[in-house]
Amino acid sequence: MSIQKENYRNVSENPCNMCMPLGGIIAFKGIEGSMTLLHGSQGCATYMRRTISEHYEEPIDVASSSLNEKGTVFGGEDNLKKGLDNVRLLYKPKMIGVLTTCLAETIGEDIGGITGRYLQDRGLTDLPIVNVSTPGYGGSHSEGYWHTIYRIVSSLACDRTSHSKINVIVPHISAADLREIKRMLREMDLDFTLLPDYADTLDAPYSKPYKKIPDGGTKLEDIRRMPGAKATLEIGLTVEDAQSAGKYLETEFGVPLFRVPLPVGIESTDIFFDTLKIISGKAITDEITRERGRLLDGMFDSHKYNFLGRAVIFGEPEQVYAATRLCLENGIHPLIIATGSRSKKLEQLLHLEIAKTNSATHGYDEKFIIMGDTDFAHILEKSKELNVNLAIGHSEGKILTERADIPLVRYGFPIIDRVGGQRMVSAGYQGSLSFLDRLTNTLLENKYRNYRQTMYGKYYSVSAK
Amino acid sequence: MEKGSNPAIEERKDSVQTKGETKMQLKCNTDSVAGCVSQRACVYCGARVVLNPITDAIHLVHGPIGCASYTWDIRGSLTSGADLFRFSFSTDLQEMDVIFGGEKKLTRAIDDLVEKYHPPLIFVYSTCIVGVIGDDLEAVCKEASRKHGIQVIPVQSSGFIGSKSAGYKAACDALMRLIEPPPGEIIEQDKTINYLGEFNLAGELWIIQNYLKEIGIDINVALTGDSRFETLKLASKACLNIVQCAGSMIYTAEQMKERFGIPYMTVSFIGIEDTSESLRRIAQTFLDPEMMHRTEELIQEKTAAIAPEIAFYRSKLQGKKAAIYVGGGFKAISLIKQFRELGIEVVMVGTQTGRQEEYETITDLVKEGTVIMDDTNPSELEKFILEKEADLLVGGVKERPLAYKMGIAFIDHNHDRKHPLSGYAGAVNFAEEVYATVCSPVWKYRSIMTAGEKEEKP
Repeated sequence: MSIQKENYRNVSENPCNMCMPLGGIIAFKGIEGSMTLLHGSQGCATYMRRTISEHYEEPIDVASSSLNEKGTVFGGEDNLKKGLDNVRLLYKPKMIGVLTTCLAETIGEDIGGITGRYLQDRGLTDLPIVNVSTPGYGGSHSEGYWHTIYRIVSSLACDRTSHSKINVIVPHISAADLREIKRMLREMDLDFTLLPDYADTLDAPYSKPYKKIPDGGTKLEDIRRMPGAKATLEIGLTVEDAQSAGKYLETEFGVPLFRVPLPVGIESTDIFFDTLKIISGKAITDEITRERGRLLDGMFDSHKYNFLGRAVIFGEPEQVYAATRLCLENGIHPLIIATGSRSKKLEQLLHLEIAKTNSATHGYDEKFIIMGDTDFAHILEKSKELNVNLAIGHSEGKILTERADIPLVRYGFPIIDRVGGQRMVSAGYQGSLSFLDRLTNTLLENKYRNYRQTMYGKYYSVSAK
Repeated sequence: MEKGSNPAIEERKDSVQTKGETKMQLKCNTDSVAGCVSQRACVYCGARVVLNPITDAIHLVHGPIGCASYTWDIRGSLTSGADLFRFSFSTDLQEMDVIFGGEKKLTRAIDDLVEKYHPPLIFVYSTCIVGVIGDDLEAVCKEASRKHGIQVIPVQSSGFIGSKSAGYKAACDALMRLIEPPPGEIIEQDKTINYLGEFNLAGELWIIQNYLKEIGIDINVALTGDSRFETLKLASKACLNIVQCAGSMIYTAEQMKERFGIPYMTVSFIGIEDTSESLRRIAQTFLDPEMMHRTEELIQEKTAAIAPEIAFYRSKLQGKKAAIYVGGGFKAISLIKQFRELGIEVVMVGTQTGRQEEYETITDLVKEGTVIMDDTNPSELEKFILEKEADLLVGGVKERPLAYKMGIAFIDHNHDRKHPLSGYAGAVNFAEEVYATVCSPVWKYRSIMTAGEKEEKP
């Protein structure tokens, strides 16, 4: 097997990624009592709220400094300050996250200075404001997510007093996956600070009365105390060091850092538990061992069906890497591996992964294509060329179904044309099996739907002649 | 929270009022207040939603990727031919482009797209940063037009130059450049009409087109649902413009009246009453007794055909209370009447971009005590839904989860819906949707908070 690399373009045709502040909003959603304000024109906040709302089916209240022409020419300090006043009045947040947009960055707004002066003017000593520079042209929503977590930690974590918790930093996964990761940590008897924890805030139980800021999220006090943790477990191999909160805690405070891939598939979940074993010094429980056994059992049961799979995988780098590994373990051919982000790390990791298959005895004989910084026009073109029969990724991939009849197994963000994206479990041994079943069943559905017609067309007319 | 129609934010006080309490004019068509969590989008969004249904055009967003991502295939507009409009094109500006300018990149993007798709028409939308870095869109588009021999029209839609309404105007300006015949060319008027402010969501244009055909009126072109370069070029041959979404297209109607002498009238095909009334008013302008007769026949036939269904839904929905928060004024006005047809009273109504005269009509239509608001936000929606004890909310995607979290029914009136709400067919769809949400069995559990509790007896 070999690898071909594809990326070039003057124009993006059907984008495969969104912009930085969107990822920042999701990260802030995982902090207890927090509210987010976008410094820029009104539309940015509205568009991102709409997209996040559609996926999580939760009210996503994000304020905007609503910059107008005057603010753009003379500076947006007044707008930003007024915005902060109104956010405090309406939401009474414990923390405010301020994200910039293209507009604020292009006119050179000094948000650190403005928010600093704001806190001083209003005499606010116990309201943290975390500023994050997230120009829309600076990267995709994935970079915005990691960078915001980095900024949250580097702004708030200060207390070195040691304690027994570990820090767990998670990539942008479904709310149900967050809950599954928490369950597995508890199963290993670990006390932890999960960041960001939007398990409840972005998948809130129905309750009365309605709360503008839902319960849940990482406690500010816990974030402050992250430097005193025993270790940091950062789930994210594709994170650049400069955007890694785990790296920051290691460099600044000497907190040992363990980086693991998203626990999807048998190998990655093994790494996850092996690492927990090292950190906790405790044995893996019987319950987890049974879950692992069940995953293997399921993999063996469906391996022949999976070998029919010719997949295209797209989305955020960490999820793409996770899905690729799951496919490679199960005989599904990940022929096209694509992301709209620019991730050198993902590329390196995929090269390693695919090199491993060369020495193996199983039959990966085809060329794999890696596409970074790409769009759906390119993905579609290559998918048709390579006779792909399975797409794995977010809802925008519906274009592959529409234009090339390739069934789409929805995974990642955003899932806006089906319900339940926030509730889908794909992590851990149990989640991996449920993810794999979704893939297998899609292949089966396709085969069973077409096989009578296919066989008739292929053989009947020939023998009748 | 304090009772009454006062919102929490002082600056919003003149944008919210209760009928019967004050006689002041509602404050509208102003910038959103910072930090209030307005539900409005931006200038670019306004321009994009108006022009997007033009099916054979390339809609190229000159800006960072987000603006294109969030608006890809944003409308459920249907096409009878080309579907190039469903693709999303962006120059995907990067940091270096912001520093050194994006004109060259834009030129290359247009070159590539012309070579690959051979479009007759390209719209180039400007976004916030393009407005700031000062790319000369006009010059780039002019040069591209000359080079490729097609029309390349700039749309001045930088996000910060106003609200969504400013975007409507930017779109109308772009449309007029398209409609204007080349110098020396004369387009003869005929008996057809244009349908402005109609975007063919889920085939709504086709439904109305069929009614009009039955009474003997042909639509020349709709602006902009299911329209094409060639049909838009001949827009000035119509003898009448009917305008549905006045908020977005009254400006074009005014311009066409001034430039080509085409009269216009506002219409609405939302709800039975407005549909019948609009058909009548359109037919009347033709001064043809035979056509009037056919119109009355059609109205009677269609109304009678759906009457049993509407009566059924009405019997189920009588006495419920509705809250409305939609984009434009015409929709809000029609919805109030349509709810009345179903025996439902409106207790709260607001819009993102309603105009003064539309708010006056709304105030005339609703009962005393109804809350009327412009450019509202989740906090106010929550407050008034509770205070007015609404049973359902009508709105778009962002409002939906709020309604469900509050345990009330919801009607999607956004522009990516998959079912038509226009005409008599749409009136039935609407009633069915209201029934499906208001009468769902799920709501009986809304007050039960633990497993041990039982439903309270009414």
